[in-house]
Amino acid sequence: MASQEYDVIIIGGGITGAGTARDCALRGLRTLLIERHDLAAGATGRNHGLLHSGARYAVTDSESAAECIRENTILRKIASNCVEETDGLFISLPEDDIEYRKTFIESCQRAGIKAEAIDPKDAIRMEPAVNPDIIGAVKVPDASVDPFRLTTANVLDATVHGAEVMTYSEVTGFIEENGRIVGVTVRNHRSGELSEMRSAVTVNAAGIWGHAIAELAGISIGMYPAKGSLLIFGHRVNRMVINRCRKPANADILVPGDVVCVIGTTSTKVPFEDCDDIRVTADEVNLLLEEGCKLAPSISHTRVLRAYAGVRPLVASDEDPTGRSISRGIVLLDHETRDGLPGLITITGGKLTSYRLMAEQATDLVCSKLGNVKKCETALRPLPGSEEEVGISRQSDSLGRKAAGNRHGARVFQMDFADKSEVVCECEHVTRAEIEYAIKFLDVHNLIDLRRRTRIGMGTCQGSFCMLRVATVLAQALGCPEKASEFVRQYVEERWKGLTPVCWGEGIREMEFMRKQYGK
Amino acid sequence: MQESNISPNNFEQCLKCNLCTSVCPMMAANPHYPGPKQAGPDGERYRLKDPAFFDLTLKYCLNCKRCEVACPSGVKVGDIIQASRLKYGHQSNPLRDTILASTDFVGSLASPMAPTVNALLEWKPVKKMMNLFGVDSRRKFPSYSKLKFENWFREQVPSQENFRRFVSYFHGCYVNYNYPELGQDFVKLMNACGYGVRMLEGEKCCGVAMISNGMGRQAAVNGSKNLDAMRKALRDGSEAVLTSSSTCTFTMRDEYEHLLGLKTADIRPHLMLATKFIFDRVESGDIRLVFKEERRGKYVYHTACHMQKLGWTIYSTELLKMIPGMDLTVLPQECCGIAGTFGFKKENYPYSQLIGSKLFDLIKKLNPRAVITDCETCKWQIEMSTGYSVLNPISVLAEALDLEKTSRLNVAVPSR
Repeated sequence: MASQEYDVIIIGGGITGAGTARDCALRGLRTLLIERHDLAAGATGRNHGLLHSGARYAVTDSESAAECIRENTILRKIASNCVEETDGLFISLPEDDIEYRKTFIESCQRAGIKAEAIDPKDAIRMEPAVNPDIIGAVKVPDASVDPFRLTTANVLDATVHGAEVMTYSEVTGFIEENGRIVGVTVRNHRSGELSEMRSAVTVNAAGIWGHAIAELAGISIGMYPAKGSLLIFGHRVNRMVINRCRKPANADILVPGDVVCVIGTTSTKVPFEDCDDIRVTADEVNLLLEEGCKLAPSISHTRVLRAYAGVRPLVASDEDPTGRSISRGIVLLDHETRDGLPGLITITGGKLTSYRLMAEQATDLVCSKLGNVKKCETALRPLPGSEEEVGISRQSDSLGRKAAGNRHGARVFQMDFADKSEVVCECEHVTRAEIEYAIKFLDVHNLIDLRRRTRIGMGTCQGSFCMLRVATVLAQALGCPEKASEFVRQYVEERWKGLTPVCWGEGIREMEFMRKQYGK
Repeated sequence: MQESNISPNNFEQCLKCNLCTSVCPMMAANPHYPGPKQAGPDGERYRLKDPAFFDLTLKYCLNCKRCEVACPSGVKVGDIIQASRLKYGHQSNPLRDTILASTDFVGSLASPMAPTVNALLEWKPVKKMMNLFGVDSRRKFPSYSKLKFENWFREQVPSQENFRRFVSYFHGCYVNYNYPELGQDFVKLMNACGYGVRMLEGEKCCGVAMISNGMGRQAAVNGSKNLDAMRKALRDGSEAVLTSSSTCTFTMRDEYEHLLGLKTADIRPHLMLATKFIFDRVESGDIRLVFKEERRGKYVYHTACHMQKLGWTIYSTELLKMIPGMDLTVLPQECCGIAGTFGFKKENYPYSQLIGSKLFDLIKKLNPRAVITDCETCKWQIEMSTGYSVLNPISVLAEALDLEKTSRLNVAVPSR
């Protein structure tokens, strides 16, 4: 069995793992990131894509709220390419308690969140999609963040600074020597090979799957898997994030994310064994639509593109059937002090917005164990692509180039638009130049990975039209033309899962088209 | 579940089949144009995110609506493009574009000095100046008429009121300033069919050129005036508002509502090309036509793009086929390339001629006595590019009818 030595191994290629890998690499540690599937394949890629201002937690969880606004401010700077500064509204409807608004604004101010009461008329002018029946609104610095881009950028920077990344590699067990974790055994799902990876410290950053990872080491961390379902609409109806000004509940956030918008979420406890194949139910879809229309009435007749669900990696503190009242705070466990097992730490809880802080805290702990005194720099150094403002201002650029600049920021300059400007994915204006760039630099092994890196197939046709073309480009670039049809099969399976819960009306045509084309 | 999930302009119903791309005349002629699908539904999603995604090459859209005719999913591709041009675009040459679009204003200036203006428009130094100004010197301008149709008609008003049934006529700028003969043929024809003709009170240019030159607000002002005038005409007893130009008709029936947000539902059923009105009544027996017996020969009919969008070619061609001795070939629908003011602009002229070349070659090959079409800008383009004369079906019908016999038959028809 092959074996390699690192300072730190990080398990989990979600945003927490990616952020930790970046931080570790920037502090000069020999770093390995291991991910079972693809980057951002778990809860990281299955949420609103909301960069919280913290306002949502201001009343109930002031610590999380304060964390959020600090990180929100940092990410706007270091990840400008992944963040869209939309601002957010917290609206009060006639059935909501308008008194709550006062408590809300005061709590926001205490947490350092700029919360400004807005006249309903002005709110409608700022956000024409908002429910016109609002009786009050508060403007907060919410924003929209693309979790796929954010994860990719962190991983890219980690590798630039020497980290190694193994995707499609599953940790099958820990190597324990003299009562200490000294590494992991890993199965590469693509080659089937088993290998040993050794390190002084291992970081469990596997989200909800971190529960099972800890069990491999004989430790229980008592996680609480809370499923959250969301619906994605075919285009943007709103420009600002729209929230309900009341205690957090179901389907009360509508986020404009890139060219779509997302309504969510629900919250239900699910068994651990279901976390690998989580599905959205009809009841959830109905609830999301019913509640969502109260935020923006136009979503009652906007096409739902697909449904998806993620599982929040909450750490249970009490018995709460929904998990809504569990803190979204960061949970950092040093298993040496907690369980008498040196060499392993767990970083979990938290949220997308606070990923960088989670990574910083985890890396600080790793460094203290390794005697590394280098300070954290992740709050100051821009992520790859965010070094300079590229924007989409150049009117003369083709739509494909503008879209690529919007997605990859300054990294668009590494793409070859001179002779590869042809559009491959038509809904999202993904060109051959962008695809080839992603394949070359962003660790792509199949169509689904490529989708997460580029938005290929994320548009209204859901890949029905372009996936054959993309599969060909991908298989050629990877040097495995025989795999093209397998890529397509895999991709259709995955798309189908998100389409079936929302299959009605005009959406059926698209599904029938896909079914006829691909014999699904 | 949702009761309906159809978004404005059906833009999410696009299946990406690219039928629109395959019928787009600009797509085939100009590699810089991204095509109707990308410019339309695909681009719209991105423009909703950020208007900076607006693509300047959208100016190449001819607004021919062939994309909409082709779309199997009912996506209003052309409307999406036009609406985004009105919303995000700007005029590339504001003075020229505004003058080209202001057909009413320019016509009223040119008409009183028609012979001088016509001579000047043909004069080389003037052509050179126009070229500098952004109007292609190779483009032949339609000549202005000294007699405005409206002035001619004023003399006819008393005789028109002798009828028992009436229609109102939207003559349009071309008939008024350039080609009153067509309007005169219309009056002759309608009179023979038993109808007195009335003008609309305060008719304005339909606004099609304003819409395509980024002057949406002015177009809407004209539009609401026209709609009000039509409402009044219908209230005052006209059975319909008839036209002799497919583009004006299409603009007022469809674009007013889709692009300018004007309410047209009450007017739409009563606003149509004269050929449709006559055909319907010939079918129902309300109008009877008697033609002169004479040898005529070969004609070809060219379906203008907006005529195709209206779906009304059949009315014009079936009426024409009633003419004894008429050997009529209906040409396969191709865009002639002029697209109103588009083809006058220097930067577009080559595309305009390239797009039309297929149609020109076909006409030359068939070598007809004349070409017939319902659109005046197609007429200018085909006459300039092929040398064949181009007639409006109204004129052909008016000329072929035995007006006296027809008139006698139709006067006898009791009013409904």
